[in-house]
Amino acid sequence: MKLKNWKELALGSVIPEAGNADTYNTGSWRTFRPERVEENCINCLFCWVYCPDSSVIVKDEKMSGFDYEHCKGCGICEHQCPGKKGNKAIKMVEEGK
Amino acid sequence: MGKLQAVTGNQAVAEAMRQINPDVCAAYPITPSTDIMQRFSQFVADGKVDTELVTVESEHSAMSACIGAVAAGGRVMNATSSQGLALMWEMLHIAAGDRLPIVLALVNRALSAPLNIHGDHSDGMGARDCGWIQLYSENGQEAYDNTIQAVRIAEHEDVRLPAMVCQDGFIISHSIESMEYLDDKVVKDFVGQFKPTHPLLDIDNPVTYGPLVLPDYYMEFKVAQDRAIMNAKKVTLDVAKEFEKISGRSYGLFEDYKLDGAEIVLVVLNSAAGTAKDVIDEYRSKGIKAGLLKPRLFRPFPSAEVAETLKDAKAIAVLDRADSYGGFGPLYMEIAAAMMTNGSKPTLINKIYGLGGRDFFPENAAATLDELKEIAETGKVKNHKEYIGYRG
Ligand code: SF4
Ligand code: SF4
Repeated sequence: MKLKNWKELALGSVIPEAGNADTYNTGSWRTFRPERVEENCINCLFCWVYCPDSSVIVKDEKMSGFDYEHCKGCGICEHQCPGKKGNKAIKMVEEGK
Repeated sequence: MGKLQAVTGNQAVAEAMRQINPDVCAAYPITPSTDIMQRFSQFVADGKVDTELVTVESEHSAMSACIGAVAAGGRVMNATSSQGLALMWEMLHIAAGDRLPIVLALVNRALSAPLNIHGDHSDGMGARDCGWIQLYSENGQEAYDNTIQAVRIAEHEDVRLPAMVCQDGFIISHSIESMEYLDDKVVKDFVGQFKPTHPLLDIDNPVTYGPLVLPDYYMEFKVAQDRAIMNAKKVTLDVAKEFEKISGRSYGLFEDYKLDGAEIVLVVLNSAAGTAKDVIDEYRSKGIKAGLLKPRLFRPFPSAEVAETLKDAKAIAVLDRADSYGGFGPLYMEIAAAMMTNGSKPTLINKIYGLGGRDFFPENAAATLDELKEIAETGKVKNHKEYIGYRG
């Protein structure tokens, strides 16, 4: 990608395009990845509400997985997940294992 | 033209602010600038301005509120002094780096410790590297005139940077002098409407302020910032020309006082320049070729113009009302650097005076001129830097 020179940039480091964080794949930093344990999921969507990177994918009002391009592996979803009868529906798994 | 008034420096700045009628002001009191926002809040309460006055819990918050408001698209002003400016320090850089044209009235006051509420330039000089434009004012008239012009300079499309207008605490801020106010309409027309570049309130064109910028782009933004502040030199002169048309008062990058043919020169900012000018008159009447240069625009510093003006001087004393402890005074360093740019080498000495509001007397100026005279004749310097006006 050709980098812009100083004259081509917006004043004061303003980003004029809305939502361009989408093109920045923060998922590459991850050490632990969240994985679903589907049988424990009650579809409360707490994970979706709490995820700071909008990386919980919801389809037809149901939790349906993670966007690993952007999920940074913070584990908040796992922490918030109530699961079923004390068994969490998300577990954090070390990358590469 | 305008009407003659007997007012204090703070009163004059509050009046300029009323006439400018900014969209947002944030207020947190600190001596000796308190008086400005106190008077201005009365204008708000009386419905004389349309300003949203945000009362905050600290100066850090005051500057933060100003940054948010100007990024939203408003014309924003504020006032502070000393520790207040010190507490804003982090946010001052952000206002400049984000290219947000806030105008701040800085009533110069010493920094603690020891705790002191009187005028010196430690606060303004401590903020000289924050990327703000700095205009210094000898008296209330200049503070008023500079405040009005600062709006135009800061908001100019080639500049887009915050600006502070400095005046000496108490010596000017609380002393009554006669001066001239412009008519409300004249000021209103002169400052015009603020045209924001990327207003956050333009919800059809959403933007992000303050993103993380890594080594691949940081330098480019800083180059742009440096070009912008350098543009402020020309803009300051253009705005001054227009201002002269409405006021009859002429301003430059600095004041040249009897510098024509001057062999010995005092360089001094703000109110002490007034005292020193009387002494220059006295020396000139005795046939001694003495002159004075009073910088108005300190950031950006007009190095080339100052060097050209002072190139034929034999000896120059730079008087600093602030010190860079362990180094030379901040104004001295600018003058010394400026004189290197055109290769002329008058002898320079540095005097640190008036800290914490210590008076600067005509005797102080006279003693310095006598020393310069001797240096010009003998070429010998006893002290390159020393404090003056203290019990030794
Ligand atoms: S928080 Fe847990 S139980 Fe609730 S929807 Fe997410 S994965 Fe399912
Ligand atoms: S680990 Fe963090 S970033 Fe990834 S899905 Fe869970 S909450 Fe979102």
